[in-house]
Amino acid sequence: MDHYTHYRTGAPLADTKAPDGPIAERWDSRRFGAKLVNPANRRKHTVIVVGTGLAGGSAGATLAEQGYHVVQFCYQDSPRRAHSIAAQGGINAAKNYRNDGDSVQRLFYDTVKGGDFRARESNVHRLAQISVEIIDQCVAQGVPFAREYGGLLDTRSFGGVQVSRTFYARGQTGQQLLLGAYQALSRQIAAGNVELHPRTEMLDLIVIDGRARGIVARDLVTGEISTYVADAVVLASGGYGNVFYLSTNAMNSNATAIWRAHRRGAHFANPCFTQIHPTCIPRTGDHQSKLTLMSESLRNDGRIWVPRAKGDTRAPGDIPEAERDYYLERIYPSFGNLVPRDIASRAAKNVCDEGRGVGPGGQGVYLDFAGAIARMGRKAVEEKYGNLFEMYQRITAEDPYQVPMRIYPAVHYTMGGLWVDYDLQTTVPGLFAIGEANFSDHGANRLGASALMQGLADGYFVLPATINDYLARHPGQDPVDTGHPAVAAAVAETRDRLHRLVTVDGDRTADSFHRELGELMWEYCGMARTEEGLRKALDRIPQIREEFWRRIKVPGTEAEFNQSLERANRVVDYLELAELMCLDALHRAESCGGHFREESQTPEGEAARDDEEFSYAAAWEFTGTGTAPVLHKEDLVFEYVHPTQRSYA
Amino acid sequence: MRLTLRVWRRKDTRAPGAMKEYEVDGVTPDMSFLEMLDTLNERLTLEGEDPVAFDHDCREGICGACSLVINGDAHGPERTTACQLHMRSFRDGDTIDVEPWRAAAFPVVRDLVVDRSAFDRIIQAGGYVSVPTGAAPEAHATPVPKAAADLAFEHAECIGCGACVAACPNGSAMLFTSAKINHLNVLPQGAPERETRVLDMVGQMDAEGFGGCTLTGECATACPKGIPLTSIASMNKEWLRANRKVSRG
Repeated sequence: MDHYTHYRTGAPLADTKAPDGPIAERWDSRRFGAKLVNPANRRKHTVIVVGTGLAGGSAGATLAEQGYHVVQFCYQDSPRRAHSIAAQGGINAAKNYRNDGDSVQRLFYDTVKGGDFRARESNVHRLAQISVEIIDQCVAQGVPFAREYGGLLDTRSFGGVQVSRTFYARGQTGQQLLLGAYQALSRQIAAGNVELHPRTEMLDLIVIDGRARGIVARDLVTGEISTYVADAVVLASGGYGNVFYLSTNAMNSNATAIWRAHRRGAHFANPCFTQIHPTCIPRTGDHQSKLTLMSESLRNDGRIWVPRAKGDTRAPGDIPEAERDYYLERIYPSFGNLVPRDIASRAAKNVCDEGRGVGPGGQGVYLDFAGAIARMGRKAVEEKYGNLFEMYQRITAEDPYQVPMRIYPAVHYTMGGLWVDYDLQTTVPGLFAIGEANFSDHGANRLGASALMQGLADGYFVLPATINDYLARHPGQDPVDTGHPAVAAAVAETRDRLHRLVTVDGDRTADSFHRELGELMWEYCGMARTEEGLRKALDRIPQIREEFWRRIKVPGTEAEFNQSLERANRVVDYLELAELMCLDALHRAESCGGHFREESQTPEGEAARDDEEFSYAAAWEFTGTGTAPVLHKEDLVFEYVHPTQRSYA
Repeated sequence: MRLTLRVWRRKDTRAPGAMKEYEVDGVTPDMSFLEMLDTLNERLTLEGEDPVAFDHDCREGICGACSLVINGDAHGPERTTACQLHMRSFRDGDTIDVEPWRAAAFPVVRDLVVDRSAFDRIIQAGGYVSVPTGAAPEAHATPVPKAAADLAFEHAECIGCGACVAACPNGSAMLFTSAKINHLNVLPQGAPERETRVLDMVGQMDAEGFGGCTLTGECATACPKGIPLTSIASMNKEWLRANRKVSRG
């Protein structure tokens, strides 16, 4: 069973799409070099977009505005419910409205450094360039960003940076940006340029003659399996944090679209790069179905601390100043409470491991606003964070204006995803991945307020420019014959899988397996990883998978509205993806960003990278369930930002 | 806690439905209402009965998916979404009725799941600013007074859950529709389409079969995001203004 770890290293992988030359000119140069499709010919091209979050919604709207025929899918009842809606804090842009020394160059540098030098420079620079256009676009759509009394846009600071470049709409920035994209998409639906399929879930990718030509999808209301064909397929289906069962992702966010694409030939890059967010509400019991994030923006004004002494059970108000340890301010004086997420999470874990955690089970640290309330007044705090305080109080029944919040790290985001080149095309020609679904811009750790920036950069600006090149090179493709054996095979496999799920008739629910897998992953592939732990997980996962197929119980049939079947089918994919995540974490015997291998740390306990060995993106090729994948390395070349040991002290 | 649930069960749009009673034990005050339903569903699954279907996703009160009428109130006794309602709002031994949104324009799909696509069609009728990607001017080209930005935000907070419709004795969608109209119409960016937006969206709302408004105010009371009842008055004013302007040419 251990031969899964005996992977082979295949041919290296390289991005061939980013042009050479000065980095600031590459995006212009690529857009000029890309072929265009004549506006009159665009309507003859069909593009499938899976997902309607920030990336998918903005891509669908923009491609339709350009004249393409877009066929778009979401599993929710409405495109407005995609999980981008829950992003709270803000969106970064190098506008330098504050005159505080910000620039495209600085956003680029901060992002590469924040990602611990594991992202591709060309992509990150383009992201920083486009960031300014995103704000313009969203303001024009009527996104109600926070403003100053003079009518201009307000900004705030986020972790890992020393400028104020985060634009926000109270604690609901994701909601407002998503509604902007949803409204732009709605306009195109009304115009007949987008054919929307809500409550429809992609279950497989159709690849013909080596090119992505369509998807297999299930109507979640009737259970009907259908095929949809196109000239290109865009996956904007989000990340895979739900592998861990408990995360801040939505309950139905899932990895099926990207995992099925991986099985059909799209390489999966850096699957072990997961982000554990430092400020989430601690779990309360076994019934817990998901975790709730408290925005990173709270760290602008809240101070994080634990008691100096172990096992101090006094109420926070009874602990005098001198007996508190504001550990982030102590260890990282120049960034203080605003260190990047990976560092803040690990520090919280360390103080809890020392026995200084607070709340039930000692799994929490305080996030205290007493100082901010005294300084700014309660009203100003309410204005900035009101909805977050309310949410906290609703969930915990504690008033954060009176007692400090209790927070603990939780799985939040996945930097890994489908490998894409500079054009955001995967290793399957005609298959593109945008937003959290790809691996491209955040390296081993994403900075706060950069997910919204990347999703919208990909959807509004990058993909609509680069997809032209692919479509222009494949003009007048023969329409896909729906009788093609590849189509029939994909449909048959999907039907078989669903049928098997409803007929095993075992004695365990999909949730029970999902929970078991999640606990295993949190234990061995979470905030701290060791070779021993990862090997244990790699031994255990195939056993859970085997047990799953023997004991799963899914009530009802596949030909009806069946939420149990939806869940079980997603767990099938988590049980494979989890194994790849552990293998990737095992093979990367260095620490970087959110990937912390205990064997590789500095004397101060920070992540110690090994640039000699691991300065590459690991792109894995699928070879079969439970059989060793093939590793393709994309070497990372740093011409502009020189990798150093990250320091936030 | 031990509770008795009476839940609306219905196989699909065509089948007749009925309330069915279930006992749920081992409920803790920290559970959300949906987590309480999860425990019921885990048990039903193992007993071979179809679990109760209900819409839910973010479980943070922002996606607007959850849609339960609890003891006769949309989203239940607290002013929040059902996913953010916790069992500490109930007492041991309580009997709780759980039903779907009830409105002619929201047909039941299964059990507690309804079809709210009418809301999407109202937005498609004009709930946007026509600004293709790439066409935007510099963000600071048009300052927006803070008061207008705040007012727009207050309305833009709507999560499209439909509680307003479920709470209204007429099944009216005035609060939902007015929230989007006010969000966009108070901003300078929304001004060029101010008249067509209100006329087209109200027209679509009527075409979907939502009821009229008799100002009972149940919608604003049920709204988990606190969209104010004055939103409807502002929309009516916009609608009258637009009609006058259009009729004058």
